[in-house]
Amino acid sequence: MPEGTICNKRPVATREDLDALLADSNGKKYYAEMEQLDVDAEKLWATIQKTMKSRTKTWLDICAHCGLCADSCFLYSVNGRDPKQVPSYKIQSTLGEIVKKKGNVTNEFMRMCMDTAWSKCTCCNRCGSFCPYGIDMGVMFGYLRGLLHSQGFVPWELKIGSGMHRLFRAQMDVTVEEFVDTCEWMVDEALEEWPCLEIPVDKEDADIVYMINAREAKHYPEDIVEAAILFHVAGENWTMPSEGWEMTSLSMFAGDWEACKMQVETVYGAMERLRPKRMVATECGHAYRATVIEGPYWAGRPDGQPPVECLHYVEWVAEALETGKLKIDPAKRIKEPVTLQDSCNYVRNAGLRDCGRIIMKHIAEDFREMSPNKEHNYCCGGGGGFNGIGRYRKQRNVALKMKREQILATGAKFVIAPCHNCWDAIRDLEEEFEIGIRWSFLKPLLIKMLVVPEHLLPQE
Amino acid sequence: MYEILTGPLLWIAFAVFFVGLAARVVMYFMGLDWRLDRVAYKPHMGYGLKGAFRSVYRWLLPFGTYSWRAKPIFTIMFFVFHIGLVIVPLFLEGHAVMIRNGLGIDWPAMPQLLADVLAIAAFLAGLGIAVRRLLLPEVRILTDIKDIMLLVLILTLLGSGIIATYHTANYSFWITLHVLCGVIVLLAAPFTKLSHIALIFCTRIQIGMDFGIKRGGMKSNFDW
Repeated sequence: MPEGTICNKRPVATREDLDALLADSNGKKYYAEMEQLDVDAEKLWATIQKTMKSRTKTWLDICAHCGLCADSCFLYSVNGRDPKQVPSYKIQSTLGEIVKKKGNVTNEFMRMCMDTAWSKCTCCNRCGSFCPYGIDMGVMFGYLRGLLHSQGFVPWELKIGSGMHRLFRAQMDVTVEEFVDTCEWMVDEALEEWPCLEIPVDKEDADIVYMINAREAKHYPEDIVEAAILFHVAGENWTMPSEGWEMTSLSMFAGDWEACKMQVETVYGAMERLRPKRMVATECGHAYRATVIEGPYWAGRPDGQPPVECLHYVEWVAEALETGKLKIDPAKRIKEPVTLQDSCNYVRNAGLRDCGRIIMKHIAEDFREMSPNKEHNYCCGGGGGFNGIGRYRKQRNVALKMKREQILATGAKFVIAPCHNCWDAIRDLEEEFEIGIRWSFLKPLLIKMLVVPEHLLPQE
Repeated sequence: MYEILTGPLLWIAFAVFFVGLAARVVMYFMGLDWRLDRVAYKPHMGYGLKGAFRSVYRWLLPFGTYSWRAKPIFTIMFFVFHIGLVIVPLFLEGHAVMIRNGLGIDWPAMPQLLADVLAIAAFLAGLGIAVRRLLLPEVRILTDIKDIMLLVLILTLLGSGIIATYHTANYSFWITLHVLCGVIVLLAAPFTKLSHIALIFCTRIQIGMDFGIKRGGMKSNFDW
């Protein structure tokens, strides 16, 4: 059997394809089919020849095998310094071998590559900043994921996630109608406490277009209302698009570049349609990376920039606090020790290390830095899709140990994590290790601390 | 043997070295692809060059980066090894004489004592690097036969040069071995990992531009 019925080289194209995948329990049938999946060596080699240019070739070629990347990798550290977790080894023994063998590799080898690419690397890119040559193994693992995806060797959940983007332009099946409905009823519920609160949908020429993670629309709609309250209090002229509001990209985790392009073009379409001055992104790391940092390249934009200036939520909050648009009641600042999780996707990989510090200066009395931090911070333990793949849950739980140690060392019991992935990982960390910590996004905290102008309060 | 090695063969070796490495540098930059690398090199050349400069500069400084500071012993061995291998061949009196005679240029030389110290230190650092490679499991797993051969070649080059300096009884053997190793290094450089002599600057420039343009350089400088 060269191709399975649900595990194959074809991406999800119809609702039936998606339902067939979803009907499988925990990907049992999917992974069984994968064991029989043929490797199209010719196509694999042709793809490599077409897409592997001097940067990646040179990286594979000149690696001095010095091992300086070993200690940079948290997965190496938490797995008892297993030499097989050295970043250079991980990429040389997978992508390196595929290239050496000109694509002539076995099914078993490809499955080993899949397990390595999704359970031994979160694409946090920390190793790249510890290599004297600047070899970024996270980038190469991204490339390898693309090759594996093109051959059908991709974790079950990510094939589904990527399929969702292809069908719904969101990582979950949320339609335009459902999204607009959600906004409406959430506002209705909040009106008593926040008179005149609104979520303006599809307003043209606003100052800000706000974009989110589909999880918020599907599972955490209160997050959307919290954002609305903060924009309302800050007096922003803002809007959300009915279509193109979803910034995440499970297809990026899957290495499905075609779906990445489809998704981000929908988002850029909304920007072009509504012509806002700026875009503000919710508290999500990979969504920002996908839409703002990598997206322009998927969409083929030669300047590498999205259509309008884009801000991560921490940038908007830092700006709003500094300019006084949002005011914090000094009596309500966080008194207990508190620490901050720096997301790899918008700190190491997008230069936003200072925003978090500005925010902490305004809201916390006893801010404790993790060590290391800023662009050298460790991954939360669940990045790059790791959190969401059942097949690797055990490995993911081990991976959480580094963050556990970092948090414990600060002495803080409260962690602010302005990133969905980090937030999840830290929640799971507490569930797994019970170290007695609490965690939060910024929005609910800020709302509790705000000085609200008189005219925005309910009239008695 | 010595005459052949220091005669036309040496010039051929130099030609291969310079032309070969230059070709690799040109091919490297020609092979960069803004779409596939996902870095808009050209439209943001200013940010790119700034990032590239910082990326090269910080890594050329001993202890200039987090990585260097995290591994102080390796960093010292690394710099002593490389400084010896770059400075001594260029400014050793014995080499300067050959350049003066061969090219008729007034080539500067360094004091012999300094050259001796640098060369011996580089040799010891090289030995240290070799021992580290064999002892540490995280380095051993990466090591292949080519890595060992390269280290042996460089250590032989350094060792034979040091011994020959002292005009021992077997001077002609050591100096011939030294020149032979030198010729092999020059000939092999463009085709082996020795190409890092030139390519390290290319890859550091590229990653510097990546961080300078795309991954945050327009908002804050990456703190290597």
